[in-house]
Amino acid sequence: MTTETLVEIKDLNFSYDKRAVLKGINMTMVRGKIIAVMGGSGCGKTTLLRLIGGAVTPSSGYVKVADQVVHELGRDELFLLRRKMSMLFQFGALFTDLSVFDNVAFQMREHTDLPEPVIRDLVLMKLHAVGLRGAHNLMPAELSGGMARRVALARSIALDPMLVMYDEPFAGLDPISLSVIGNLIRRLTDALGMTSIVVTHDVHESLKIVDYVYFISDGVIAAHGTPAEVRRSVSPFVHQFVHSEADGPVPFHYPAATYATDLNLESSFA
Amino acid sequence: MPRRIVIGIRGIGHRVIDSIWRLGYASRFFMLTLLKSGTSMRRFSLIIRELYFTGVLTLIIILVSGLFVGMVLGLQGYETLQKYGAETAVGTLVALSLVRELGPVVAGLLFASRAGSAITAEIGLMKVTEQLDAMGMMAVDPIARVVAPRFWAGVISMPLLAAIFSAMGIFGGYLVAVVLIGVDEGLFWSQMQSVVDFRFDIVNGIIKTCFFGVAVTAIAVFEGYDAQPTAEGVSGATTRTVVTSALVILGLDFVLTSFMFRGVG
Repeated sequence: MTTETLVEIKDLNFSYDKRAVLKGINMTMVRGKIIAVMGGSGCGKTTLLRLIGGAVTPSSGYVKVADQVVHELGRDELFLLRRKMSMLFQFGALFTDLSVFDNVAFQMREHTDLPEPVIRDLVLMKLHAVGLRGAHNLMPAELSGGMARRVALARSIALDPMLVMYDEPFAGLDPISLSVIGNLIRRLTDALGMTSIVVTHDVHESLKIVDYVYFISDGVIAAHGTPAEVRRSVSPFVHQFVHSEADGPVPFHYPAATYATDLNLESSFA
Repeated sequence: MPRRIVIGIRGIGHRVIDSIWRLGYASRFFMLTLLKSGTSMRRFSLIIRELYFTGVLTLIIILVSGLFVGMVLGLQGYETLQKYGAETAVGTLVALSLVRELGPVVAGLLFASRAGSAITAEIGLMKVTEQLDAMGMMAVDPIARVVAPRFWAGVISMPLLAAIFSAMGIFGGYLVAVVLIGVDEGLFWSQMQSVVDFRFDIVNGIIKTCFFGVAVTAIAVFEGYDAQPTAEGVSGATTRTVVTSALVILGLDFVLTSFMFRGVG
């Protein structure tokens, strides 16, 4: 692990009950870059983020963040590490009983002794960065999906983290909001010098902004490379994914008995 | 047939083990809530905010129910006592019934259905919308920040609400017995004053409400935190809060009453 590497994932296995979700994953994530983790729904992308954040423990292997093996950390050490990372949840996960301003100020009030005037200025700066300074008095229920995602983004960069994880940041957004969020991720990553991990299945939007892509299929890394390499890839899985084909290595049908068996037709024709 | 019996016995065994496991988990959660209450104590504003939601917003139902329960007690009490020429004791009957039993128990049941269910639904929905996960990822412990303030607000609210319920009930009894029926006002209050004992009746009633407050709020926060993160999960957890709290209040009431009045008779 070099000093340039912020996140190192080595031989990572994870199972829910007895169902293997991730099987022998190896990844290296370099500081200051945006890394996309792509794959179909339920392929273990979000679980990977939870493993990096220490919310769940791997069955074997490890995740190292800033030279610390996450699952070996005690509660206090893990919380110290989490102060330097943040996560943007799929639907924002804004605190519904707090205003936009208080949501962004939440971590500052919890983790620092900054005086309220300083917190006010910092919050307005963060909200300005996502274009929502004027919405600081609104409640989360008054925001559109795209605005909520932008407020969550402002909240996630509140303490200038070294690592931000985005769980499906483009899900359910209209094209304009989608583009806004994509550009914000790129701009903020560059401006703050942080590292971003974007878990998504939105190929077209993410390939525009990321530096490196990992494809996960059936719990293993099916392919990886830069966006240019991914576009040129001849791998059937990558081709199906990038070109949004309904059938291919990822089958259209969920595994089942034959159609004829399920409809009790085999005996009729026998 | 033997196979069915084995499956049946196995099912019962699973249920028993699951129930014991859940009870252990709930006890551990309760201990964690107590251990992580430091944040709430240091930042008392967190508790005050929850006091409004659990206490102040429950006031209306407590006031109205207390008034009507007291009025009914006054009517029923007068009807029975006047047969023995003891209608002036109606004030004593109303007061003793309320401070010893009805105040703590009915206020506890109302508290569970109004505030307990709201606490469970709120924490459950925070779980559904990943707010608790988000808090954990921000290195803020959800038990310390979300659960503990609600728990302590409930524990503080419950005795106060029960006291208000009893006071309203006595006022309701006064309205019916003195104002409507015409029982002598002086006798109504003086008999109540001479019979109701502060230590034996009122303090015991307050002790009961403290136990009920801890029980109802502990059940409410646990059910919310343990809810399955789905619509059905939250609705099931809310129902369990009300049902379990009601049963625990009634059971606990019997146990506490038998300890408190063991020397009587």
